[in-house]
Amino acid sequence: MSERAYRVIGSRPVRHDGADKVTGRAQFGADIRLPGLLHGHLLRSPYAHARIRRIDTRRAEALPGVLAVVTAADLPEVPDRLLELVEGTLPLSYAQANVLARRKVLYKGHAVAAVAAVNRHVAEEAASLIEVEYEPLPPVLDLLEAMREDAPLLHEDLRTREFGQPTGKLSNIAEHFRHALGDVEQGFAQAEVILEREFRTATVHQGYLEPQTATALWNQDGRVYVWTSTQGAFSAREAIAWVLDLPVSQVRVTPMEVGGAFGGKIRVYLEPVAALLSKKAGRPVKIVMPRRDVFEATGPTPATCIRVKMGARADGRITAAQIWMAYETGAFPSGQCGFGALCILAPYDIPNILIDGYDVVVNKPSTAPYRAPGATQAAFAAESVVDELAERLGLDPIEFRLKNAAREGTRRADGLKYPRIGCVEVLEAMKNHPHYRAPLEGAHRGRGVAMGYWFNIGWYSSCTISVNPDGTVNLVEGSVDLSGTRTSIAMQAAEALGLRADQVHPVVADTDSIGPTAVTGGSRTTFATGWAAWEAAQDVIRQMKERAALLWEVGPDQVEFEGGVFRAGERSLSFRELAERLEETGGPVIGRGTVNPSSAGGSFAGAIADVEVDPETGKVCLLRFTCVQDAGTAVHPGAVEGQMQGGSAQGIGWALNEEYLFDPQGVMLNSSLLDYREPTALDVPPIETLIVQAPEPDHPFGVRGVGEANIVPPPAAIANAIYRAIGVRLRRLPMKPSAVLEALWSKER
Amino acid sequence: MTGEKVRVRMKVNRQSVELLCEPRQSLLECLRDILGLTGAKEGCNDGNCGACAVILDGRLVNSCLVLAVEAEGSEIITIEGLARGAELDPIQRAFLEQGAVQCGFCTPGLILATKALLDRTPDPTEGEIRRRLANHLCRCTGYDKVVRAVRQAAAERREVRA
Repeated sequence: MSERAYRVIGSRPVRHDGADKVTGRAQFGADIRLPGLLHGHLLRSPYAHARIRRIDTRRAEALPGVLAVVTAADLPEVPDRLLELVEGTLPLSYAQANVLARRKVLYKGHAVAAVAAVNRHVAEEAASLIEVEYEPLPPVLDLLEAMREDAPLLHEDLRTREFGQPTGKLSNIAEHFRHALGDVEQGFAQAEVILEREFRTATVHQGYLEPQTATALWNQDGRVYVWTSTQGAFSAREAIAWVLDLPVSQVRVTPMEVGGAFGGKIRVYLEPVAALLSKKAGRPVKIVMPRRDVFEATGPTPATCIRVKMGARADGRITAAQIWMAYETGAFPSGQCGFGALCILAPYDIPNILIDGYDVVVNKPSTAPYRAPGATQAAFAAESVVDELAERLGLDPIEFRLKNAAREGTRRADGLKYPRIGCVEVLEAMKNHPHYRAPLEGAHRGRGVAMGYWFNIGWYSSCTISVNPDGTVNLVEGSVDLSGTRTSIAMQAAEALGLRADQVHPVVADTDSIGPTAVTGGSRTTFATGWAAWEAAQDVIRQMKERAALLWEVGPDQVEFEGGVFRAGERSLSFRELAERLEETGGPVIGRGTVNPSSAGGSFAGAIADVEVDPETGKVCLLRFTCVQDAGTAVHPGAVEGQMQGGSAQGIGWALNEEYLFDPQGVMLNSSLLDYREPTALDVPPIETLIVQAPEPDHPFGVRGVGEANIVPPPAAIANAIYRAIGVRLRRLPMKPSAVLEALWSKER
Repeated sequence: MTGEKVRVRMKVNRQSVELLCEPRQSLLECLRDILGLTGAKEGCNDGNCGACAVILDGRLVNSCLVLAVEAEGSEIITIEGLARGAELDPIQRAFLEQGAVQCGFCTPGLILATKALLDRTPDPTEGEIRRRLANHLCRCTGYDKVVRAVRQAAAERREVRA
């Protein structure tokens, strides 16, 4: 569908870091080795909610092989202020308290103290010798109970913000916001069918395979060097500096290869602790999180309760939607309900909308983003109701969606007027897909569809490009590469410079070596850092035109560049030929590019799922699954497919298997990869992909980020498929065998 | 401060090595921390993710579940031992060409699992591939391109033999 012909964009080169990734040479966070390296271990709270009365570290300090012990007392005391973190605003005191608990522990696994020792075994043993006296408090574990007036309070200083203003009211409700479009009363009055449904979703984890890790050296000159597995070297630098009360330039973060993140590796957990231990020990300290701690003490993504009321006319037009949505934030108030609210009705043009959203603290780990944060839970609710409405109206579910589809000019619930978007294109592609048209026969089988949306973000990125005398270039970028963005960014530079992808050598740099670059998240990296690489390439071309002009004794504006060749009249030099002559024409050429787009084109994704339900066991088996997504322009179609398949598989796990199970005291019962059931190769079918290309209007190549929207539709698509298979609508995630059986039994009663 | 150390001799990637380790140290820990072979990854340390898989005497094992002292006298192949000189193994090449690598953390385990599978079953069905890979979690790819890579590698190996 893309109208422009590209040479590099749209091809599938082997990725630049490929050889390192298949030979074991790639250096992930835990792979770093430094002279004199010590190993750290954290002591964590056994209680979900308790006051810390006393910590005695003397026995740990006395253990041979121990070089340092730290607690929250080692964190600098600084006046509190509101931090602008990537995932939202958070008071500095809370950011510090999540790193090391100060007066209270707020979830099972909350870090209380840390030890550095000659090896991990000694560190573990020493941590077990630290004595902590707790005063246990009643834990607040349920979202709706936490919202009650008489609920025990997690924080003595948390006051609800309502409609963006502080209310002064002490409560577990951190935030209440509202979006209103039109008049819902009037909208419902026009409706002939009105449905009102409630949905619950469980806490889930990003489930990356590489546990959090951090290595820090508090150098004797006062600088702090950190090697870590993070989505953002610069956001990590900032967060570490804030927590440790240092100027940002005092901290250098070297981003290591990241073994999966999906939003979970933005916040810092271990980095400040490793730094404090290093400061005391005078040697570098490495900490690797045990898997159990990854579940219990990093940020899972929120459990939710969402109520959807939606009305439509008999002709199939949705007239009004009213949403009540509450999201857990875990122990600290930095929530994702706001993101969910931007996405919940995003695929539709609905004239009358009222959304009330709540972020609520509970005694669970502080939540973190997970791929299209907040959107998957929201779509599970809204897309289930849309499906039911279509059924009530006797309309095909895709036709019904097309009748109401958002397009250029449609207003989103928050008032944003869409630029060009690919919602209709995705729906049309689903409708025409062979999967949707294929017959599905057999008992207890059904097909469901759903839409998903993620708004994508712009934000700042920096790149430099230096020209090598052999006609290749080195591309230095600040974006951490989670899944192949070295290549998708290099390809954009190559396209602009008329080079092959393998003639661009991408390097992900540390925070001393490249300009500030925002986090790899929000599906922004191929979009924004690719744009910065394009800008840097334009700077290179401008400078090289000047060099050609010098050689040819013409004005720089008389030199043209196209297809990798500089020309002026009859004379021409290839990029390589001119690169060889830089020394004689003034020296090296380095281009730079920085961008800061305030917005990005959002991406829509759709899923078609075929399921078979075993009525004896309640197990849902996926027979066939197709993901359709708008990529704007697919830079590396293979990588785009990879994103679509990976996001779909995560959505499938969220739909059917994954959840945090807690005992009544708030202790997680399934904090291992055996009991927290991520999908295996046997749990997912081959995931079919279809890339739609509705170019983003501002980006030089029309790129839209594709990292996230694909996780959004699967739970709703599968729920809708289950309904068609067995005639019951499941409104709670995960739709595990026991839930399916209970639903079947209550239908029979 | 540390336990008494034990001498362990084994062959790692066709080279004889001798190391001193504590009896409580896993093979994974010794490969990574003593021998510097960090290609095997610690994803869970309890045998549930497969990221630490190595081939021990021809069998795929989770090296986090093997004590280094148990590996005395054994022959071990890690991901670092798969490429021959500057030449990638066909399995490694297939993973790259099929785009079966995203973050790359589970990749060493998956590649060694593929080798272990194809050494015994040169022409596996999709079901056999998925069953073998089910011992390895991959959170990035959704497994589709991994399965394709295994099929490509199998086909290439059969071609070489034919």
